[in-house]
Amino acid sequence: MADFTSGFWDLYIIVITVLAILGCGVLLWSQSTHKVEPGSDGTTGHVWDEDLTELNTPLPRWWMWLFYITIVFALVYLVLYPGLGSYAGKLGWKSSGAYQEELVKADADYGPLFAKYASQDLKAVAADPQAHAIGERMFLTYCAQCHGSDARGNKGYPDLTDKDWLYGGEPSVIKATIMKGRNGMMPPMGAAVGSEADIENVAHYVKSLSGLTADPIKVSFGKTKFGACIACHGAGGVGNQALGAPNLSDKVWLYGGSAETIMETIRKGRTNTMPSFHEFLGESKVHVLAAYVWSLSNDPAPASLAAAPGVAQK
Amino acid sequence: MTEAAAKPVVIRMYAAREEIYPREAKGRYASLRWACVWITQLVFYGLPWLNWNGRQAVLFDLGARKFYIFGMVLWPQDFIYLAALLIIAAYLLFLVTAIAGRVWCGFACPQTVYTEIFMWIERKIEGARSARIRLDRQPWTADKLARKTAKHLAWGVVALFTGFSFVAYFAPVRSLLSNIGAFALGPWEWFWIGFYAFATYGNAGWLREQVCKYMCPYARFQSAMFDKDTLIVTYDQERGEPRGALNPKATPQDAKKKGDCIDCNMCVQVCPTGIDIRKGLQYECIGCAACVDACNGVMDKIDLSRGLIRYSTDNAMDNKWSARRIGQRILRTRVLIYTALLVLIVAGFGTALALRTPLKLDVIRDRGSMGREVGDGMIENVYRLQIMNTAETGHTFRIKVSGIDSVRLATTDQAVLDGASTRAVPVRVQVERSAAARGAAAPGSNHIEFELTAVDDPSLSVREKAVFIVPK
Ligand code: SF4
Ligand code: SF4
Repeated sequence: MADFTSGFWDLYIIVITVLAILGCGVLLWSQSTHKVEPGSDGTTGHVWDEDLTELNTPLPRWWMWLFYITIVFALVYLVLYPGLGSYAGKLGWKSSGAYQEELVKADADYGPLFAKYASQDLKAVAADPQAHAIGERMFLTYCAQCHGSDARGNKGYPDLTDKDWLYGGEPSVIKATIMKGRNGMMPPMGAAVGSEADIENVAHYVKSLSGLTADPIKVSFGKTKFGACIACHGAGGVGNQALGAPNLSDKVWLYGGSAETIMETIRKGRTNTMPSFHEFLGESKVHVLAAYVWSLSNDPAPASLAAAPGVAQK
Repeated sequence: MTEAAAKPVVIRMYAAREEIYPREAKGRYASLRWACVWITQLVFYGLPWLNWNGRQAVLFDLGARKFYIFGMVLWPQDFIYLAALLIIAAYLLFLVTAIAGRVWCGFACPQTVYTEIFMWIERKIEGARSARIRLDRQPWTADKLARKTAKHLAWGVVALFTGFSFVAYFAPVRSLLSNIGAFALGPWEWFWIGFYAFATYGNAGWLREQVCKYMCPYARFQSAMFDKDTLIVTYDQERGEPRGALNPKATPQDAKKKGDCIDCNMCVQVCPTGIDIRKGLQYECIGCAACVDACNGVMDKIDLSRGLIRYSTDNAMDNKWSARRIGQRILRTRVLIYTALLVLIVAGFGTALALRTPLKLDVIRDRGSMGREVGDGMIENVYRLQIMNTAETGHTFRIKVSGIDSVRLATTDQAVLDGASTRAVPVRVQVERSAAARGAAAPGSNHIEFELTAVDDPSLSVREKAVFIVPK
């Protein structure tokens, strides 16, 4: 009854619907015969403009029966299916139920295929051309919005084709990432690092870690303030995959490697969410998807992938 | 009229259908109709059984959304061809109607064709017109029951086979047949076979002329295509009236006063819609020319010239035109315009169909980034190429990109696709930053073009425009 604010509206709709249908029946019945003056032979007795009369050319009777059948059909339909206010219908049909049925059917159709892959090792799945094609389709559907069609990522969204991983690039870790999702969290560190000048110095130090050009004086000052960052990024800034803390000593930047961007990251922190796909896709599909993602930066079987066929459209 | 005496009478706005017992007509037009029955039904029943390329030659696979028509596979994207085909059919109908009225109705319309078949069965089992009338009036006897049962069974068989043939256009006919034997059809297949069979049985067995008179939309608007030069089945009033029975004792003087119509009612008895053509053109007349055949037979017997009822036009009747004059009036403005339009559309349709490449390409630019800088001073954009190989054979396609001097593909330039398959191929396209500086690729959007060509067949090629974005 959430659809209606009170029981009145429910009743209102039911009454109007039923009366309208019955009204059609009464109208039909009352109009199926007509009383005329005797002698007005073959006409309905209607006269316009003095001498225009309406001939009675009766429709075949089966027309009338079709009308009655339609009325009976409407009533039976409204008993069986939802349509009368919030009354659910005797058959209990729901659009969400119909959707569920289709899902179940699709699972029955494609389930065995995914089940076959689910029992295989991820690297073996990655080498299978058919699984690769399926994985590619899933990636383009579910992952490409953030990571790009070519999986090379965008600002804030990791590149999946390089060898650099925030949480680790082992097939099982990739699978865990897709299954459970990730919450990347760098807290605002401005206060911990110190003044605005300290932040700038630390940014230059971070740049120097990956061998980018940086002001040597600022680098040396920054190094002393880097202590605030060690807990997560390690003493040498090499990161920590257990925490998802990025390696600062390589040339891969999630948000950009300019001093300004790094300062903004230190000041305000960063929050990143990779959603969990377990609920949505189920484990067996994620299995195939993880194998595909792993194959983006690893070469499981170069020859077979080149010949990956298009999947016939169903 | 005095008020008191006027006792209202009740009239009905819906009347029971009156059974029509058409007599069998024999003659030129009846033969023509049977020829139409044979041709249309050989095509309709036979087509699903033909094979082509190892598959059913004509199959509308709704599940896979592919229409197979001999060497051609149409996809939902080819819907325009279906629309064109319907337009052609409509124009053909206009043209034919303007020239010769309801010839479609009388000779080739499925309602006429199946009614003809069903009436043939009826004649074989229940006998000719008078026998049928007698049978219906007599009380129920074993013989009547047997005949009626046999008739409906025979109708049912034809109807079921028609329903089966209809569904065979949408589901492969051979597996359909074996599945029927095993009672293993899906609910929808049962439904459509049953539904179409029921429609055939009901329309051709029971409703007959009711369909033409009360249900057919074409019957309602075709009068708009008639004019005074349209051929219609018409009774020659001048020659026929005053009608009267043949009197063997009539003197030549009497005979002169009488028209040629002997009032034998043959023309009325053969009419499938139960009208009297001698009352003039009526909307019920489907132009089947059965009455022409019947009257010609009568004229032959009484040794008068044929054509008391014949194909003629309003103008010809009013002005006593010769057949030659009628023929000349066929090529009038209206007909010429219809013909010109029809030729134009058919030519366009044919060319489009012949030039159609069984390959489609959609280019979707990744919206995640506006274009990014990569090493070596390159700007990169990412695209998703949605490739549809609508041919039945697989191909390897070469992807080319052009439009800016330095533009190049940074990913593979090959895509392998099976026959009748689709694939989305992500590609990266790069342009030199320096080229951007020279103005070849200005900051902002630049036009580029993708080209897809089958490696083994250069004529199989499509181009598609896209936009390359250089960040400012
Ligand atoms: S068949 Fe010919 S002759 Fe007989 S009634 Fe009809 S028009 Fe007259
Ligand atoms: S009037 Fe003649 S042409 Fe018209 S439907 Fe009857 S038999 Fe056919």
